[in-house]
Amino acid sequence: MFDGYTSSELMSIFAMQGFAGLILFSVLVLMALGLAIIFGQMGVINMAHGEFMILGAYVTYLTSIFFETFLPGLSSIYFFVAIILAFLAAGSLGAFVEWALIRRLYKRPLDTLLATWGLSLILQQCYRSIFGAREKGVSLPDWLMGSIPLTDIIEIPINGLFVMCLTLVITFAVYYVMQRSQWGAKVRAVVQNRPMAAAVGINTSKVDRMTFALGCGIAGIAGSAFTMIGSTGPTSGQLYIVDTFMVVVFGGAANLMGTIASAFTISQAQTILEFFMSGSIAKVLTLGMVVGILMLRPQGLFVLKIRR
Amino acid sequence: MSNFSKQSLFSRNELCGLIVMAVLLLLVLPLALDGFRLNLVGKYLSYAFVAMGLVLCWGYGGILSLGQGVFFGLGGYCMAMFLKLEASSPENTAIQSTPGIPDFMDWNQLTALPWFWEPFNNLGFSILAVVLVPGLFAFLIGLAMFKRRVGGVYFAIITQAIAAILTILIVGSQGMTGGINGITDLRTLLGWDIRTDSAKFILYFVCVFFLLGCLVLCQFVLKSKLGRLLVAVRDTEERVRFSGYNVDNFKIFIFTFAAMLSAVGGAMFTLQVGFMSPSFVGIVPSIEMVIFCAVGGRLSLFGAVYGALAVNFAKTTLSEALPEVWLFALGAMFIAVVSVFPNGLAGLHRAYIGPVLNRYFGSTVAAIKQKLPSRDSLSNSNPGAQ
Repeated sequence: MFDGYTSSELMSIFAMQGFAGLILFSVLVLMALGLAIIFGQMGVINMAHGEFMILGAYVTYLTSIFFETFLPGLSSIYFFVAIILAFLAAGSLGAFVEWALIRRLYKRPLDTLLATWGLSLILQQCYRSIFGAREKGVSLPDWLMGSIPLTDIIEIPINGLFVMCLTLVITFAVYYVMQRSQWGAKVRAVVQNRPMAAAVGINTSKVDRMTFALGCGIAGIAGSAFTMIGSTGPTSGQLYIVDTFMVVVFGGAANLMGTIASAFTISQAQTILEFFMSGSIAKVLTLGMVVGILMLRPQGLFVLKIRR
Repeated sequence: MSNFSKQSLFSRNELCGLIVMAVLLLLVLPLALDGFRLNLVGKYLSYAFVAMGLVLCWGYGGILSLGQGVFFGLGGYCMAMFLKLEASSPENTAIQSTPGIPDFMDWNQLTALPWFWEPFNNLGFSILAVVLVPGLFAFLIGLAMFKRRVGGVYFAIITQAIAAILTILIVGSQGMTGGINGITDLRTLLGWDIRTDSAKFILYFVCVFFLLGCLVLCQFVLKSKLGRLLVAVRDTEERVRFSGYNVDNFKIFIFTFAAMLSAVGGAMFTLQVGFMSPSFVGIVPSIEMVIFCAVGGRLSLFGAVYGALAVNFAKTTLSEALPEVWLFALGAMFIAVVSVFPNGLAGLHRAYIGPVLNRYFGSTVAAIKQKLPSRDSLSNSNPGAQ
């Protein structure tokens, strides 16, 4: 499989594929972060997570059109506005869904799974009715176009770099919110011992709603970032949902470090394999490997020891 | 009397249900519907096998598998491979560059039959494979998962990933599996043309008989000690474990059993519809199969059959008339069966229709019961006491 490449070419291939893997890694981390918060902290399976992400993508698309039409002078920075709007839109939809549906089902995780799958179908059809079945793309501002040449062969696309920086910022923000802020302490208290948390005066149902909204909001940001590297259709979310769940489960739920490590492993394995064999076989091998490892180690890579 | 009904396979109500269903499927529908519609019903009924498997596995065993399409598909593919080999005899495929192999292999420049296709020249092997290949696959998955105590949502997600993997694999290896189009253009079963109207009519009855047979078998499993233990495992797994039972084996058994049922459904599907493709294997069809079971009522075998019929009928009608409404309806169904009526059609029947029926027919039954001892007393004396 390595025939016909010189060693320097091979190095470059690995570097380029590695970078492509890093972009996939960034999107996976952004998607998985939201899911890990919802699944890990609350034990809720949110099958509609992909649709929350796509909501963020559509919000970005609408914002870009708005800026092009009304504020063409500011269109180079529309993206930052779009990220905030995407976060707010997906987050508030998440809070509504939690209030209307999820809070009735906390004791029954399998039922939540089915209910959110139903929700995802409804959202998909909404997108299809509103935006049409065709995929939508946004026009990137000039400063995000092009790429930085490192050597003769290796080039780094700027939009990919931007997505990676965004991921880094969001990851640190989530880490800060969950581990350092007062509110994060409340969330962790509720996860570790719900009755005791309630007994010391934490409003657990409000914490639940905000946690769910935060997870969905991060999905919205992921969708916003997703528009930078690909176009969005009504069913794009469904394509990623299994991958994202595998990332979360593989990393060990309730553990942000585990999520990041597993997203890194899965994305790198997939992109490097993709270069040497067909994309479908690479995907099969990656997913098969993850399933195999999960059978040996069902609790995932990293485990948080808590008393249920 | 009550003691006897506890031990018998079907209670009085269930026996009535079985008779009503048999009459409906064997008499009413074949007389009322034309050939095309009856074939559609037959197609829906092949999903009912999957739904019944899910009743056992999910409703009673508490194991939600989101990968039943895998077993449905494997069963269907095993059947389709046999039919395809029969349809690609050297005479039929004389125009190909390699006669005697299925047409899609020829298009993909294969020159010989892959090794795993060889045994499917034999009908006996194929029929065994329909049940055993998915059964073995499910057994291995179950063994790996339940022995490691993977359960609940983790199991659901992993089965979903397996469905994704298998679909990608089938689509990706086009030369050996027919790819995204699946195995199409199936013609005869041992020389008997399965595409004619009369053949479809007969296949419908074969499907119904298999379905009723499987229903009785499932009822037998549920009424046995194993069925009781299964419920116990679902509700308090640790207690059953500490009582000295090997919980994992029960779970492996019921998962494998459900997989085999799905596989029979897949084979019936292939026979009646005439093709098999990866669009019945993946994540979306697999989770749709769960809704057949949930709408029917996850604790009712009869409900599973009616659920499969009702959901598929709604799907066909709605997606013909108002395609954009169908996904809304399906989504609403998913939400409704978990939040509003968790016991599905069977629960509605029990709550609203059952009491009404009992009021009307119960009195008749009571009257018959009163008559029964009086028949004994007939021989003694006083026949006119009624």
